[in-house]
Amino acid sequence: MCLAVPGRIEEFASDSGASPLEREGVIDFGGVRRRVSLAFVPEAVPGDYVLVHAGVAIQRLSPDSAAQTWQLLEAEVEGDSAPHEDSTKSGTVDDA
Amino acid sequence: MRDRFHDPERVRQLAARIGRRMTRGWRIMEVCGGQTHAIVRYGIDELIPAELELIHGPGCPVCVTPIELIDRACELACTPGVRVCSFGDMLRVPGSSGDLHSARARGGRVQIVYSPLDALAVARAQPDTQIVFFAVGFETTAPATALSVARARAEGLRNFSLLVAHVRVPPALEALLDAPEAQVDGFLAAGHVCSVMGLDEYAPLCERYHVPIVATGFTPVDLLEGLLACVDQLEVGRAEVVNQYARAVASSGNRSALELIRQVFQVEDRCWRGLGSIRSSGLALRAEFAEFDAEHRFALGVPQPLPASRCWSARVLRGEVKPTACPEFGRACQPLHPLGAPMVSDEGACAAYYRYRAPGAVEASAVDG
Repeated sequence: MCLAVPGRIEEFASDSGASPLEREGVIDFGGVRRRVSLAFVPEAVPGDYVLVHAGVAIQRLSPDSAAQTWQLLEAEVEGDSAPHEDSTKSGTVDDA
Repeated sequence: MRDRFHDPERVRQLAARIGRRMTRGWRIMEVCGGQTHAIVRYGIDELIPAELELIHGPGCPVCVTPIELIDRACELACTPGVRVCSFGDMLRVPGSSGDLHSARARGGRVQIVYSPLDALAVARAQPDTQIVFFAVGFETTAPATALSVARARAEGLRNFSLLVAHVRVPPALEALLDAPEAQVDGFLAAGHVCSVMGLDEYAPLCERYHVPIVATGFTPVDLLEGLLACVDQLEVGRAEVVNQYARAVASSGNRSALELIRQVFQVEDRCWRGLGSIRSSGLALRAEFAEFDAEHRFALGVPQPLPASRCWSARVLRGEVKPTACPEFGRACQPLHPLGAPMVSDEGACAAYYRYRAPGAVEASAVDG
Protein backbone atom coordinates (compact mmCIF):
# COMPACT_ATOMS: atom_id res chain seq x y z
CA MET A 1 0.00 0.00 0.00
CA CYS A 2 2.77 2.39 0.88
CA LEU A 3 4.83 1.26 -2.08
CA ALA A 4 6.77 4.20 -3.45
CA VAL A 5 9.01 4.07 -6.49
CA PRO A 6 11.88 6.39 -7.44
CA GLY A 7 11.92 8.06 -10.81
CA ARG A 8 13.74 10.87 -12.59
CA ILE A 9 11.97 14.05 -13.62
CA GLU A 10 12.29 14.32 -17.40
CA GLU A 11 10.44 17.58 -17.88
CA PHE A 12 7.70 19.74 -16.46
CA ALA A 13 4.36 19.06 -18.15
CA SER A 14 3.83 21.96 -20.53
CA ASP A 15 0.06 22.05 -19.99
CA SER A 16 0.26 22.14 -16.18
CA GLY A 17 -1.86 24.82 -14.58
CA ALA A 18 -0.33 27.86 -12.95
CA SER A 19 -1.15 27.02 -9.34
CA PRO A 20 1.38 25.09 -7.22
CA LEU A 21 -1.19 22.32 -6.71
CA GLU A 22 -1.38 21.78 -10.48
CA ARG A 23 2.37 21.42 -10.96
CA GLU A 24 3.07 18.18 -12.85
CA GLY A 25 5.94 16.55 -14.64
CA VAL A 26 6.82 13.56 -16.76
CA ILE A 27 8.77 11.02 -14.73
CA ASP A 28 10.95 8.26 -16.13
CA PHE A 29 10.77 5.04 -14.11
CA GLY A 30 13.56 3.07 -15.73
CA GLY A 31 12.04 3.36 -19.20
CA VAL A 32 8.38 3.68 -18.25
CA ARG A 33 7.22 7.28 -18.41
CA ARG A 34 4.28 8.60 -16.47
CA ARG A 35 2.81 11.95 -15.58
CA VAL A 36 3.14 12.66 -11.87
CA SER A 37 2.12 15.50 -9.57
CA LEU A 38 5.04 17.60 -8.36
CA ALA A 39 2.85 19.66 -6.01
CA PHE A 40 4.77 18.50 -2.91
CA VAL A 41 8.31 18.82 -4.24
CA PRO A 42 8.35 22.54 -5.15
CA GLU A 43 12.15 22.63 -5.26
CA ALA A 44 12.49 19.71 -7.70
CA VAL A 45 13.62 20.34 -11.26
CA PRO A 46 14.18 18.13 -14.31
CA GLY A 47 17.05 15.70 -13.67
CA ASP A 48 16.13 15.32 -9.99
CA TYR A 49 15.01 12.01 -8.55
CA VAL A 50 11.76 11.81 -6.62
CA LEU A 51 9.95 9.11 -4.69
CA VAL A 52 6.49 8.57 -6.20
CA HIS A 53 3.45 7.12 -4.47
CA ALA A 54 -0.06 6.95 -6.01
CA GLY A 55 0.79 9.35 -8.81
CA VAL A 56 2.29 11.96 -6.50
CA ALA A 57 5.95 12.73 -5.71
CA ILE A 58 6.17 12.59 -1.91
CA GLN A 59 9.88 13.31 -1.44
CA ARG A 60 12.88 14.49 -3.42
CA LEU A 61 15.76 12.04 -3.06
CA SER A 62 19.08 13.48 -2.07
CA PRO A 63 21.25 14.26 -5.13
CA ASP A 64 24.21 12.19 -3.96
CA SER A 65 22.07 9.09 -3.89
CA ALA A 66 20.65 9.64 -7.36
CA ALA A 67 23.14 7.56 -9.34
CA GLN A 68 22.77 4.63 -7.01
CA THR A 69 18.99 4.95 -7.20
CA TRP A 70 19.17 4.65 -10.92
CA GLN A 71 21.46 1.61 -10.92
CA LEU A 72 19.26 -0.11 -8.41
CA LEU A 73 16.11 0.61 -10.34
CA GLU A 74 17.65 -0.83 -13.47
CA ALA A 75 18.74 -3.90 -11.55
CA GLU A 76 15.20 -4.33 -10.29
CA VAL A 77 13.72 -4.02 -13.74
CA GLU A 78 16.14 -6.52 -15.23
CA GLY A 79 16.50 -8.97 -12.41
CA ASP A 80 13.31 -9.11 -10.46
CA SER A 81 9.87 -9.60 -11.90
CA ALA A 82 8.09 -8.75 -8.66
CA PRO A 83 7.65 -5.03 -8.02
CA HIS A 84 8.53 -4.76 -4.36
CA GLU A 85 9.48 -1.91 -2.12
CA ASP A 86 13.13 -2.68 -2.59
CA SER A 87 12.89 -0.91 -5.94
CA THR A 88 12.83 2.33 -3.99
CA LYS A 89 16.40 2.10 -2.85
CA SER A 90 18.84 4.86 -3.33
CA GLY A 91 21.59 4.85 -0.82
CA THR A 92 23.14 7.25 1.62
CA VAL A 93 22.81 5.25 4.80
CA ASP A 94 26.03 4.92 6.68
CA ASP A 95 27.25 1.56 7.73
CA ALA A 96 25.71 0.59 11.02
CA MET B 1 20.58 -8.42 -8.76
CA ARG B 2 23.46 -7.41 -6.50
CA ASP B 3 23.64 -4.06 -4.79
CA ARG B 4 24.57 -2.94 -1.35
CA PHE B 5 21.00 -3.26 -0.12
CA HIS B 6 20.73 -6.93 -1.11
CA ASP B 7 24.39 -7.93 -0.68
CA PRO B 8 24.38 -11.45 0.89
CA GLU B 9 27.71 -10.89 2.64
CA ARG B 10 26.49 -7.70 4.25
CA VAL B 11 23.24 -9.41 5.21
CA ARG B 12 25.19 -12.20 6.95
CA GLN B 13 27.41 -9.69 8.75
CA LEU B 14 24.46 -7.68 10.02
CA ALA B 15 22.61 -10.79 11.20
CA ALA B 16 25.75 -11.95 13.01
CA ARG B 17 26.22 -8.55 14.60
CA ILE B 18 22.67 -8.60 15.91
CA GLY B 19 23.37 -12.04 17.38
CA ARG B 20 26.58 -10.88 19.07
CA ARG B 21 24.85 -7.83 20.47
CA MET B 22 21.99 -9.71 22.13
CA THR B 23 22.20 -10.80 25.76
CA ARG B 24 18.50 -11.67 26.03
CA GLY B 25 15.36 -12.01 23.90
CA TRP B 26 13.51 -9.03 22.42
CA ARG B 27 10.27 -8.51 20.51
CA ILE B 28 10.28 -5.96 17.71
CA MET B 29 7.21 -5.05 15.68
CA GLU B 30 7.09 -3.67 12.16
CA VAL B 31 3.96 -1.76 11.19
CA CYS B 32 4.16 -1.77 7.43
CA GLY B 33 2.83 -4.40 5.05
CA GLY B 34 5.72 -3.79 2.65
CA GLN B 35 8.21 -4.56 5.42
CA THR B 36 6.20 -7.61 6.52
CA HIS B 37 6.37 -8.97 2.99
CA ALA B 38 10.09 -8.27 2.68
CA ILE B 39 10.79 -9.98 6.03
CA VAL B 40 8.89 -13.10 5.04
CA ARG B 41 10.05 -13.06 1.42
CA TYR B 42 13.75 -12.84 2.25
CA GLY B 43 13.51 -14.95 5.40
CA ILE B 44 14.91 -12.17 7.60
CA ASP B 45 13.17 -13.74 10.60
CA GLU B 46 15.07 -16.98 9.95
CA LEU B 47 18.47 -15.29 9.69
CA ILE B 48 18.38 -13.57 13.06
CA PRO B 49 18.63 -15.29 16.46
CA ALA B 50 15.44 -17.09 17.46
CA GLU B 51 15.36 -14.98 20.64
CA LEU B 52 14.69 -11.88 18.51
CA GLU B 53 11.02 -12.23 17.66
CA LEU B 54 9.57 -10.17 14.84
CA ILE B 55 5.91 -9.33 15.33
CA HIS B 56 3.84 -8.20 12.38
CA GLY B 57 1.69 -5.25 13.37
CA PRO B 58 -1.36 -3.71 11.70
CA GLY B 59 0.70 -2.42 8.77
CA CYS B 60 -1.81 -2.83 5.98
CA PRO B 61 -4.36 0.01 5.74
CA VAL B 62 -6.58 -2.08 3.48
CA CYS B 63 -6.69 -4.79 6.16
CA VAL B 64 -7.77 -2.47 8.97
CA THR B 65 -10.54 -0.72 7.00
CA PRO B 66 -13.76 -1.37 8.96
CA ILE B 67 -16.36 -3.67 7.45
CA GLU B 68 -18.92 -0.86 7.71
CA LEU B 69 -16.90 1.30 5.29
CA ILE B 70 -16.57 -1.59 2.81
CA ASP B 71 -20.36 -1.97 3.02
CA ARG B 72 -20.82 1.76 2.35
CA ALA B 73 -18.55 1.58 -0.68
CA CYS B 74 -20.55 -1.39 -2.00
CA GLU B 75 -23.79 0.50 -1.40
CA LEU B 76 -22.45 3.54 -3.24
CA ALA B 77 -21.25 1.40 -6.16
CA CYS B 78 -24.79 0.04 -6.53
CA THR B 79 -26.39 3.51 -6.34
CA PRO B 80 -27.63 4.70 -9.77
CA GLY B 81 -25.47 7.44 -11.24
CA VAL B 82 -22.51 6.70 -8.95
CA ARG B 83 -19.13 5.16 -9.78
CA VAL B 84 -16.71 4.13 -7.02
CA CYS B 85 -13.00 4.39 -7.77
CA SER B 86 -10.35 2.85 -5.52
CA PHE B 87 -7.05 1.00 -5.42
CA GLY B 88 -7.16 -2.58 -6.70
CA ASP B 89 -6.47 -4.00 -3.24
CA MET B 90 -9.86 -2.83 -2.01
CA LEU B 91 -11.98 -4.85 -4.43
CA ARG B 92 -11.74 -8.22 -2.71
CA VAL B 93 -11.82 -7.10 0.92
CA PRO B 94 -14.89 -8.75 2.40
CA GLY B 95 -17.69 -6.61 3.81
CA SER B 96 -20.62 -8.02 5.75
CA SER B 97 -22.29 -9.38 2.62
CA GLY B 98 -19.80 -9.30 -0.22
CA ASP B 99 -16.98 -7.14 -1.56
CA LEU B 100 -16.66 -4.44 -4.22
CA HIS B 101 -15.85 -7.14 -6.75
CA SER B 102 -19.19 -8.84 -6.14
CA ALA B 103 -20.92 -5.44 -6.10
CA ARG B 104 -19.56 -4.94 -9.60
CA ALA B 105 -20.80 -8.41 -10.61
CA ARG B 106 -24.26 -7.35 -9.43
CA GLY B 107 -24.16 -4.33 -11.75
CA GLY B 108 -22.44 -1.85 -9.47
CA ARG B 109 -19.92 0.54 -10.98
CA VAL B 110 -16.41 0.08 -9.62
CA GLN B 111 -13.18 1.25 -11.24
CA ILE B 112 -9.61 0.53 -10.19
CA VAL B 113 -7.33 3.55 -10.24
CA TYR B 114 -3.64 4.00 -9.52
CA SER B 115 -4.02 7.47 -8.05
CA PRO B 116 -6.77 9.66 -6.59
CA LEU B 117 -5.79 12.07 -9.38
CA ASP B 118 -6.92 9.42 -11.87
CA ALA B 119 -10.32 9.37 -10.14
CA LEU B 120 -10.38 13.15 -10.56
CA ALA B 121 -9.71 12.70 -14.28
CA VAL B 122 -12.63 10.26 -14.47
CA ALA B 123 -14.84 12.91 -12.84
CA ARG B 124 -13.78 15.51 -15.42
CA ALA B 125 -14.45 13.09 -18.27
CA GLN B 126 -17.85 11.94 -16.96
CA PRO B 127 -19.61 15.07 -15.72
CA ASP B 128 -22.98 13.30 -15.45
CA THR B 129 -21.66 10.58 -13.12
CA GLN B 130 -20.92 11.06 -9.44
CA ILE B 131 -17.38 9.80 -8.87
CA VAL B 132 -16.59 8.63 -5.33
CA PHE B 133 -12.96 7.89 -4.52
CA PHE B 134 -12.75 5.32 -1.71
CA ALA B 135 -9.69 6.81 -0.02
CA VAL B 136 -7.73 4.27 1.97
CA GLY B 137 -4.19 4.46 3.20
CA PHE B 138 -1.71 5.55 5.84
CA GLU B 139 -0.09 8.99 5.88
CA THR B 140 1.91 8.03 2.77
CA THR B 141 -1.27 8.21 0.70
CA ALA B 142 -2.94 11.15 2.46
CA PRO B 143 -1.12 13.84 0.40
CA ALA B 144 -2.44 12.37 -2.87
CA THR B 145 -5.98 12.24 -1.50
CA ALA B 146 -5.75 15.77 -0.09
CA LEU B 147 -4.45 17.00 -3.42
CA SER B 148 -7.35 15.43 -5.33
CA VAL B 149 -10.00 17.14 -3.22
CA ALA B 150 -8.16 20.48 -3.15
CA ARG B 151 -7.97 20.42 -6.93
CA ALA B 152 -11.62 19.35 -7.23
CA ARG B 153 -12.61 22.39 -5.18
CA ALA B 154 -10.34 24.72 -7.16
CA GLU B 155 -11.85 23.44 -10.40
CA GLY B 156 -15.42 23.62 -9.10
CA LEU B 157 -16.03 19.93 -9.80
CA ARG B 158 -19.46 19.00 -8.45
CA ASN B 159 -19.33 15.29 -9.23
CA PHE B 160 -16.29 14.25 -7.18
CA SER B 161 -16.32 13.15 -3.54
CA LEU B 162 -14.39 10.99 -1.08
CA LEU B 163 -15.30 8.07 1.15
CA VAL B 164 -12.44 8.56 3.59
CA ALA B 165 -10.80 5.59 5.34
CA HIS B 166 -7.41 7.18 6.03
CA VAL B 167 -5.63 6.09 9.20
CA ARG B 168 -2.58 7.35 11.11
CA VAL B 169 0.21 5.10 12.33
CA PRO B 170 1.45 6.69 15.62
CA PRO B 171 -1.91 6.43 17.46
CA ALA B 172 -2.03 2.74 16.53
CA LEU B 173 1.43 2.21 18.05
CA GLU B 174 0.21 3.95 21.17
CA ALA B 175 -2.90 1.76 21.33
CA LEU B 176 -0.77 -1.37 20.97
CA LEU B 177 1.53 -0.18 23.76
CA ASP B 178 -1.43 0.66 26.01
CA ALA B 179 -2.97 -2.79 25.63
CA PRO B 180 -2.51 -4.91 28.77
CA GLU B 181 -1.16 -7.81 26.70
CA ALA B 182 1.39 -5.54 24.98
CA GLN B 183 4.77 -7.22 24.70
CA VAL B 184 6.52 -5.04 22.15
CA ASP B 185 10.02 -3.89 23.07
CA GLY B 186 10.71 -1.77 20.00
CA PHE B 187 9.30 -0.72 16.63
CA LEU B 188 10.47 -0.43 13.07
CA ALA B 189 8.54 2.59 11.72
CA ALA B 190 7.34 2.45 8.12
CA GLY B 191 9.80 4.31 5.90
CA HIS B 192 7.41 5.95 3.47
CA VAL B 193 4.99 7.06 6.18
CA CYS B 194 8.00 8.87 7.66
CA SER B 195 8.91 10.34 4.24
CA VAL B 196 5.67 12.31 4.49
CA MET B 197 5.28 12.82 8.23
CA GLY B 198 8.84 13.00 9.44
CA LEU B 199 9.80 11.72 12.88
CA ASP B 200 8.34 14.29 15.27
CA GLU B 201 5.38 12.19 16.38
CA TYR B 202 7.55 9.31 17.54
CA ALA B 203 9.76 10.94 20.17
CA PRO B 204 6.91 11.32 22.72
CA LEU B 205 6.10 7.61 22.30
CA CYS B 206 9.74 6.63 22.87
CA GLU B 207 9.81 8.70 26.01
CA ARG B 208 6.46 7.72 27.48
CA TYR B 209 6.67 3.97 26.82
CA HIS B 210 10.45 3.64 26.80
CA VAL B 211 10.56 1.91 23.39
CA PRO B 212 13.08 2.60 20.62
CA ILE B 213 11.53 3.44 17.24
CA VAL B 214 13.63 3.15 14.08
CA ALA B 215 12.40 4.56 10.74
CA THR B 216 13.39 1.77 8.36
CA GLY B 217 13.47 1.01 4.64
CA PHE B 218 12.46 -2.11 2.77
CA THR B 219 15.47 -4.10 1.57
CA PRO B 220 17.10 -6.93 3.55
CA VAL B 221 19.99 -4.64 4.52
CA ASP B 222 17.61 -1.84 5.54
CA LEU B 223 15.56 -4.17 7.70
CA LEU B 224 18.60 -5.69 9.40
CA GLU B 225 20.12 -2.25 9.99
CA GLY B 226 16.81 -1.17 11.50
CA LEU B 227 16.73 -4.22 13.76
CA LEU B 228 20.35 -3.66 14.80
CA ALA B 229 19.63 -0.02 15.65
CA CYS B 230 16.71 -1.22 17.78
CA VAL B 231 18.65 -4.01 19.51
CA ASP B 232 21.63 -1.71 20.15
CA GLN B 233 19.33 0.63 22.07
CA LEU B 234 17.45 -2.10 23.92
CA GLU B 235 20.67 -3.68 25.16
CA VAL B 236 21.82 -0.44 26.79
CA GLY B 237 18.37 0.70 27.94
CA ARG B 238 18.00 3.60 25.48
CA ALA B 239 14.71 4.47 23.78
CA GLU B 240 15.13 7.01 21.00
CA VAL B 241 14.01 7.72 17.47
CA VAL B 242 16.63 6.66 14.92
CA ASN B 243 16.43 7.25 11.17
CA GLN B 244 17.83 4.26 9.27
CA TYR B 245 16.14 5.39 6.03
CA ALA B 246 17.73 8.83 5.78
CA ARG B 247 17.95 8.67 2.00
CA ALA B 248 14.16 9.03 1.77
CA VAL B 249 13.22 10.43 5.19
CA ALA B 250 13.88 13.95 6.42
CA SER B 251 13.19 14.32 10.13
CA SER B 252 10.75 17.15 9.42
CA GLY B 253 8.93 15.14 6.72
CA ASN B 254 7.54 16.80 3.62
CA ARG B 255 6.41 20.28 4.65
CA SER B 256 4.26 21.04 1.58
CA ALA B 257 2.44 17.72 1.93
CA LEU B 258 1.92 18.19 5.67
CA GLU B 259 0.50 21.64 5.10
CA LEU B 260 -2.10 20.45 2.61
CA ILE B 261 -3.02 17.43 4.75
CA ARG B 262 -3.70 19.83 7.63
CA GLN B 263 -5.77 22.14 5.43
CA VAL B 264 -7.97 19.34 4.12
CA PHE B 265 -8.21 16.84 6.98
CA GLN B 266 -8.80 16.86 10.69
CA VAL B 267 -7.85 14.13 13.13
CA GLU B 268 -10.68 12.02 14.56
CA ASP B 269 -11.18 8.74 16.40
CA ARG B 270 -11.39 5.78 14.03
CA CYS B 271 -12.33 2.13 14.28
CA TRP B 272 -9.65 -0.27 13.02
CA ARG B 273 -10.70 -3.71 11.91
CA GLY B 274 -9.29 -6.10 14.51
CA LEU B 275 -8.22 -3.40 16.96
CA GLY B 276 -11.41 -1.49 17.67
CA SER B 277 -11.70 2.26 18.10
CA ILE B 278 -8.39 4.11 18.43
CA ARG B 279 -8.29 7.68 19.62
CA SER B 280 -7.15 10.28 17.06
CA SER B 281 -6.17 7.55 14.60
CA GLY B 282 -8.20 8.62 11.57
CA LEU B 283 -8.39 11.49 9.13
CA ALA B 284 -11.72 13.06 8.17
CA LEU B 285 -12.50 15.95 5.83
CA ARG B 286 -12.67 19.33 7.54
CA ALA B 287 -16.00 21.20 7.57
CA GLU B 288 -14.74 23.43 4.73
CA PHE B 289 -14.60 20.32 2.53
CA ALA B 290 -17.85 18.71 3.77
CA GLU B 291 -19.45 19.01 0.34
CA PHE B 292 -16.80 16.57 -0.92
CA ASP B 293 -17.60 13.99 1.75
CA ALA B 294 -19.54 11.11 0.17
CA GLU B 295 -21.08 10.28 3.54
CA HIS B 296 -22.69 13.76 3.52
CA ARG B 297 -23.51 13.86 -0.15
CA PHE B 298 -25.35 10.53 -0.30
CA ALA B 299 -28.00 9.13 2.05
CA LEU B 300 -26.34 5.88 3.11
CA GLY B 301 -27.96 3.03 4.99
CA VAL B 302 -27.38 1.98 8.58
CA PRO B 303 -24.54 -0.54 8.94
CA GLN B 304 -25.72 -4.15 9.25
CA PRO B 305 -24.80 -6.46 12.12
CA LEU B 306 -21.73 -8.50 11.32
CA PRO B 307 -21.86 -12.21 10.65
CA ALA B 308 -19.83 -14.54 12.85
CA SER B 309 -16.47 -15.40 11.32
CA ARG B 310 -13.88 -18.11 11.78
CA CYS B 311 -11.26 -15.59 10.74
CA TRP B 312 -8.38 -14.90 13.15
CA SER B 313 -7.40 -11.66 11.47
CA ALA B 314 -8.04 -9.60 14.62
CA ARG B 315 -5.40 -11.62 16.50
CA VAL B 316 -3.04 -11.47 13.51
CA LEU B 317 -3.45 -7.70 13.18
CA ARG B 318 -2.68 -7.21 16.87
CA GLY B 319 0.48 -9.27 16.46
CA GLU B 320 -0.72 -11.96 18.90
CA VAL B 321 -0.33 -14.86 16.50
CA LYS B 322 1.45 -15.58 13.25
CA PRO B 323 -0.89 -16.22 10.30
CA THR B 324 0.13 -19.88 10.09
CA ALA B 325 -1.29 -20.47 13.59
CA CYS B 326 -4.83 -19.92 12.28
CA PRO B 327 -6.65 -23.24 11.73
CA GLU B 328 -8.16 -21.93 8.48
CA PHE B 329 -4.84 -20.65 7.01
CA GLY B 330 -4.31 -22.16 3.57
CA ARG B 331 -7.40 -24.33 4.00
CA ALA B 332 -10.73 -22.50 4.05
CA CYS B 333 -8.85 -19.20 3.75
CA GLN B 334 -6.76 -18.60 0.61
CA PRO B 335 -6.19 -15.50 -1.52
CA LEU B 336 -8.89 -16.46 -4.01
CA HIS B 337 -11.48 -17.16 -1.31
CA PRO B 338 -10.34 -15.20 1.74
CA LEU B 339 -12.06 -15.19 5.12
CA GLY B 340 -10.41 -11.93 6.10
CA ALA B 341 -8.68 -8.88 4.70
CA PRO B 342 -5.05 -9.85 5.53
CA MET B 343 -5.32 -12.75 3.08
CA VAL B 344 -6.59 -10.43 0.34
CA SER B 345 -4.30 -7.49 0.21
CA ASP B 346 -0.89 -7.77 -1.42
CA GLU B 347 0.49 -6.47 1.84
CA GLY B 348 -1.55 -8.46 4.33
CA ALA B 349 0.47 -10.66 6.70
CA CYS B 350 -1.59 -13.76 5.85
CA ALA B 351 -1.01 -13.23 2.13
CA ALA B 352 2.75 -12.88 2.77
CA TYR B 353 2.91 -16.22 4.62
CA TYR B 354 0.68 -17.86 2.03
CA ARG B 355 2.88 -16.65 -0.80
CA TYR B 356 6.30 -17.36 0.71
CA ARG B 357 5.80 -19.96 3.45
CA ALA B 358 2.99 -22.29 2.32
CA PRO B 359 4.06 -25.60 0.72
CA GLY B 360 5.19 -24.91 -2.84
CA ALA B 361 5.54 -21.19 -2.17
CA VAL B 362 7.94 -18.88 -3.98
CA GLU B 363 11.48 -19.28 -2.64
CA ALA B 364 13.64 -16.24 -2.01
CA SER B 365 16.41 -15.85 0.46
CA ALA B 366 18.44 -12.87 1.47
CA VAL B 367 21.62 -14.94 1.65
CA ASP B 368 21.41 -17.23 -1.32
CA GLY B 369 18.71 -15.64 -3.49
